[in-house]
Parts: sequence; C-alpha cells; structure tokens
Amino acid sequence: MDVSQYLEIFIEESKEHLQSLNDQLLILEREPENEDTINEIFRAAHSLKGMAGTMGYKRMQRLTHDMENVFSEVRNGKMKVSSELVDVLFKGLDALEEYLANIQADANEGTNDNEDIINSLNNILNKGLGKAPVESSADQKPTVLSATSIDTDKMKFKHIKIEDHEKKAIVKAGTLGMNVIGLTIYIHEYCVLKAARAYMVNRNLEEHGEIIKLFPTAQDIEDEKFDFHYSVFMVSKETPEKLAEVAESISEIKEVVADYISLSNEDVTNYTNVLKREETALASGAARTSETKNGSVQKKANKPVTNRSVRVDIEKLDVLMNLVSELIIAKNGLVSISSTSQVALEHGFSEQIEYLERVTTNLHESVMRVRMVPIESVVNRFPRMIRDLSKKLNKEMELYMSGEETELDRTVIDEIGDPLMHLLRNAADHGLESNEERQRLGKNSVGSIFLEAYQEGNNVVIEVRDDGSGINVDKIKKKALERGTITEDQAARMSDKEIIDLLFQPSFSTAEQVTDVSGRGVGLDVVKTKIETLGGEIEARSVLGEGSTFIIRLPLTLAIIQALMVMIGREKFALPLGSIQTVENIPNTDVRMIQGKEVINLRGSVIPIIRLGEVLDCVKAENEPEELVIVVVKKGERLAGLVVDELIGQQEIVIKSIGKYIKAHKIVSGSTILGNGEVSLILDVNSLI
Amino acid sequence: MAEDVKQFIVLRLDQELFGIDIKFIESIIVMQSITRVPKSQPYYKGVINLRGDIVPVMSLREKLGLESDDYGHSTRIIIVRPDEQAAPAGIIVDEVKEVIELEDSDIDQLAYDKTDVKSNISFGIGKYKNELINILDIPNLLLEKETNKK
Repeated sequence: MDVSQYLEIFIEESKEHLQSLNDQLLILEREPENEDTINEIFRAAHSLKGMAGTMGYKRMQRLTHDMENVFSEVRNGKMKVSSELVDVLFKGLDALEEYLANIQADANEGTNDNEDIINSLNNILNKGLGKAPVESSADQKPTVLSATSIDTDKMKFKHIKIEDHEKKAIVKAGTLGMNVIGLTIYIHEYCVLKAARAYMVNRNLEEHGEIIKLFPTAQDIEDEKFDFHYSVFMVSKETPEKLAEVAESISEIKEVVADYISLSNEDVTNYTNVLKREETALASGAARTSETKNGSVQKKANKPVTNRSVRVDIEKLDVLMNLVSELIIAKNGLVSISSTSQVALEHGFSEQIEYLERVTTNLHESVMRVRMVPIESVVNRFPRMIRDLSKKLNKEMELYMSGEETELDRTVIDEIGDPLMHLLRNAADHGLESNEERQRLGKNSVGSIFLEAYQEGNNVVIEVRDDGSGINVDKIKKKALERGTITEDQAARMSDKEIIDLLFQPSFSTAEQVTDVSGRGVGLDVVKTKIETLGGEIEARSVLGEGSTFIIRLPLTLAIIQALMVMIGREKFALPLGSIQTVENIPNTDVRMIQGKEVINLRGSVIPIIRLGEVLDCVKAENEPEELVIVVVKKGERLAGLVVDELIGQQEIVIKSIGKYIKAHKIVSGSTILGNGEVSLILDVNSLI
Repeated sequence: MAEDVKQFIVLRLDQELFGIDIKFIESIIVMQSITRVPKSQPYYKGVINLRGDIVPVMSLREKLGLESDDYGHSTRIIIVRPDEQAAPAGIIVDEVKEVIELEDSDIDQLAYDKTDVKSNISFGIGKYKNELINILDIPNLLLEKETNKK
C-alpha cells in the first residue's frame, strides 16, 4: 500500500511521541516508581511501534519493540529502573530520532540496525528478569478477565468482563426477543486511520441493531488507543453471521468473528428480577441504552480534551501574511488620499477609512497570532541536553525553565534553537564551576541554569542565567590586549559592561581549554549575529562569583511594525516605534560638547546625540533651526538622541528587504512602501548606539 | 527558429550599443522615482517600488565609468534577473532600441581582462548589420564576482 501520503503525519506524530518519551524518561530517572510516567512511556512507545510498523519502517519498529519490552517489564514491576537502563533507553531514543531524521530527508529510514542498542536492551532485560516471558502489550486494562494476546481464540469479546448495567441490558434484550451478539473486528495492520474504519463499521452495525458496549471504550477507539482489533456487543435481531458480513463489507477489515452472548443462569435470574422491578419506573429499553450512552459521555468529560486544531503548512501562512501586508499597503494608500483629497471628506469617507484601518490592524494581529508558536517546542529538548552535558562534563547541574508558553513567530522559533543551545552549553561548560569548586566556595554543589522566557511590551525576552563563577572582566581585558583587539589606553577607559560586550566580538573565547562542548571561539558572535538577523538583540550581565545572565530580546513579529515616520533633509525615513522612548524639542543652545561628542542634558541624564542627516549624507536644511527635534531611543540600558528635521507621524509599515545586490549601510534595516507608492527606508537605530 | 539563435534587446548609452539576452529580462519600465540608499555602492541609485516589490536600481553609465545619467523621456529601467530564482534588479539605460536575433556565430568572445570592468561584464561582441553590440553578462554585472576582488 502506498503510505507516502501519510508520511508527513507520521513524521509529525513520531516527533511528538519521541519528545514525550524524552520528557517522561527524564522524569522516570528522577522518580523511578512513578506509575503514570511509566504508563505514559509505554503508551508512547507502543504507538510509535505501531506507526513505524504501519509505514513499513522495520528497523525503527524493531528497536521500538525492544524498548517497549523493557518498558512493559518495568510497568509490571518485574524490573527496576536503573541509571544504566535510562542511559541505554536514551541511546535508543537518539537512534530513533536518527531514523526519523533519515525518513524526513528521503522517506527512507537508513540502514543502521543499531544492534548494539538492541543487544544492550536485551541484556538488561535478561539480567533483570532471568528468562521471564515477554508479555504482550494487549492486556492493558484490568477489566480483561484473562490474558488475551497469548490466547489464540479470536473471539476476544468472550473474555471481556460485562458490567452489571450491561448484563441488565442483555437480559432485557432477551425478554424482548432480541439477540445479544458479540463481535471482534480485526482491522488490517496497514490501515492508517483505524479509528475511522472502526467508526464506519460501528455505523453500519447500528443499522442492524444497537451497540451496547465497545471494548476498548468508544473514546479510546476514537483516539486510536487500540491494537488492530476491537470488540462490540450489540442487541440485534440479526444472526451473528449476518452482522459479521455487514462489518466485513467495510474495506481494510481483515476479519470479523461473531457469536451470541449468553450470561450465566444466575445472572439471568438476578437481572430478570431487577428488570421487573425497574420496569414500572422506566418506560422502554431505549432509556437503558441511553443510560449506557450517558455513561460514556461522562467518561469523555473526564478525559483531557484534545485540542481542536488543524495543521497548516507554514508556507500557506506566509502567503496569508503577505496578502495582509499588501492589504495594509493598499490601506495606507487610501489613508494618504483621504488626508489630501477634499472630496473625500464630504461623504463620510474618513469614517470608512478609519473602520478599514481598524479591521486591517485586527486582521494583521490575528494572522500574526496564528503564526505564533509557544517557545516550548524549542526548549523542550534542553532538559535532555543538560542531562547529557551533566554526565559528559561530570558536573551536577539542574535546568530550571519557565515561560515555555511564551509565544513567538514561527520563523523566529525555527531559528532561535541553536543560539539558545549555544548559550546553555556555555553556561554548563564555562559558567558553572566544578562540583568540588562549588563546595569549596560554599555554594550548593549542584549548579543551576535558568531559562526564562516572558513577554515585555512588543518584545519577547529570553534569559539564560547560571549561578556559576560569572564573567571575569580582568581576564577578558587581558585576552583582548593580548589579541590586540583593544589598546592599553582603551582598556583603561572601558567600563565593565563594554568589556563584557567584547565577548560578542568574532573569535573571542576565554575558555582556557577548548572542550568539545563549547569554546571553539566561534561562539557568542555567531549567537549575536543570528539574533540580530532575527531583528533582536542580546546583552550580557554578570556579577563575578555569582553568575552571568544573557538576555535576548526578540520582536514579536517580523513583517509588520509600527513606526515613526520622520523627515531628514528631503527624504522620509521610518524609525521602529519599539525602540523610541520620547520625542523632545531641544533648543540648539542646549547642545554641549563632551569629549568631542555632542550631548544634551535631558532631565538630569546626559545623552549623546546623533545627527542622522550627517550619518545618512542627507541634504542639509538651508538655515539651522533654532530648535532640534530629537527622537530619544533606547538600546538595552543606553539612551541616545537622534536629530531629525521633522516628524511626520506614526504609521503601520510593512517591512520589505532591499535585497542583497545593494550593499547598504548597516543602519538601513529594510524598506517599506508608503501610501503614495514611494519607497522609504527603515532605520535600525540599534546599530547606531 | 534554429537552436543557436538567441534574441537580444539592444539598448543605448551615449553612442554605444549594448545587448541583453531576453532570457534575463523581466520587463522594461519608464523612469520613476528612486529612493536613495545611503552609503551603498555609488552606481546603485537606490530602490524602486515595482508593483509592490522593492527592487534595487543601478546606473549602467556609472557602473561603466561613464558620465552620470541625465534622465530624459527615453530613459528606461530594464528589470533583469540573473537566474529564475534570483531577486530582480533594475538597470538604467538611455534608450531601449529594438529586439534582434543573433546566432552564436555572430558573437565574438572578447579577450578576457579581469582588471577592466567593461570587459568583465561583457559576454562578447555581437555583429548585427553594420553595428557592433556589446552583449552584457547579466549574472556577472549583478553578482559582481570580479569587481569586488580587485
């Protein structure tokens, strides 16, 4: 069967299962007795095995199968979780991820059999058990009366425990001259949507009677939580053969076995009496079935509600976002007409324009929200990474994460993983001292690394913090002098913060020893470049002996921003509103010179001013104005005043790249199309400060 | 059309004729307002809004070291792409004259001189009627493989 159309779903779901396995294994390592975790692991492994088998990935299936065997023994309490076991299981997960990566690349799982992992799994299994029999996965529910899968009897329904209220229904049916028939339906192993098949079977069966019991429950079947067979009890006038035929008429059904259900005589007499008593109260047998149905509804409510969501290709969202951008440009065009045309004012035109403006802004926000993904999808692999690092570096450490639900644009999410990983590795390797060193210093011997994400205004902030030794400013200074990055003279004048910023210079690693974890000297500058291409910024803070913090600020969205339009010379420029603090009118006479730089004293704080006209080679205004229009911008802690000639106003703008042919000054971060069709450049004020 | 026949657009700078293979050409538009990009390469005049896309525009005159443009009513911007995936760019020329067909045998390869911008961006010299047409190497012109090195 051609399964390629399901490949994408398979990859997505396998990823989810693998992530869940990773998470749960980490928990299991800490709490080896946690039953929920073991069950969760078992379920994930089991689904993964089934899916891999369905798709024909035999190696993947085999490895999962052996892992599942181990989980199964652990679950049955026959084996203890040891750290050796967890190590092997993690290796197994890595191997599975590798298969998956191969599959993602070319739909082929590759040829690595991972015999060593399978062998060590089996060794552990044998060691833990002697030669205990491998139990099958089918007996998941305690309601099963006898072990089912070893049983070759195909009429699995005969082993299902019948609940009291169901017995009642069966007896009742008997009194009405109906038959109660049990069926076990086998779906082909290659069937991909077995829940859908089961639904079709059930729907057809219901035309011939009433289903009174499903095993597993209706909810579990809907969620595909069953092997390739399930059982149905139904009340019908038909014969078992007829019903089996009905069920078999659905495609992808391998086999259906059916027979009459009979209760023990004792039960029959019991429930006949019960029924007689109840008959006066209840009108019909339909009420009975509705009762069972109610029962299943209640069960449903207890289950965690699965998210009502659709998977959408990110490219489709990109198209949608582009269309929204076009719409905003068109709207800006109308706005500029409405502000100049006299006719427009007369017919309520401006009200409609304002309405349009509101709608487009909301539309943009909604589309933006759709593109937002919780940062969780990136950070959830870090606990595992820190665990491995901890073993590798022989340092005990804990990762504390918060704000995983913070959302970021999908394109940012895709890119942010590597820089964060880099910072975490840095923290683990260079930031934290060795356990002995920590003890000597009177710190908790287990190091802590914090990863915190939160939203702040129009930015998302991600902090990577450790409680290690902090950044040694003198060491950096020495290094920078050695390398000739700075001169003695500069070194003496630089503040600690400026020296820490040297870390972001290309090829600047202070680790005395290069390890394979981090410290090849291509570190922080790469992180910085990456974050800047995402429109964000990074800052380092550190207290010697107490630890260091790296703070990443990222814009919520990349495509559309609010900007302040300004006039410089005869040209219009856009300044992103995000970094603007205030706008001031300062008399020319208030500008002072300090160390050859122009500064102003703004309510007690001295800030440098930058004449944008000079930076951008704009045509100078003919006569010097008496007052300067200064846009005060902020980068991290630093302020600067940008001198412009005139303010035009705030506007929502769509960022467009100016392409790679033209090599612009780094202050030009992009361009935008104004309402009248003119192109205006967007200035990245951060690059100036 | 025989296989080795290609179509070229002939354009004029001063009295000199240049040709561009039409496979590179997306469209030809009249002169429009150009937004200056500060501190860029001097021959890039800036960017324009081409039906909602931002397209950089270069002056072929300045690229070739001729006098800067004096835009007139015949001035055109030729929008080209070095290949199908690449972003478009505009080239300002004095005049677009006609479309001609040349066979490969009509085009002479120039002796390659890496230090000379002019021959560097030239694919060859085409002979058409009594005229010599300098065929431009568009990918080289835009991607600036050689000029950056010197």
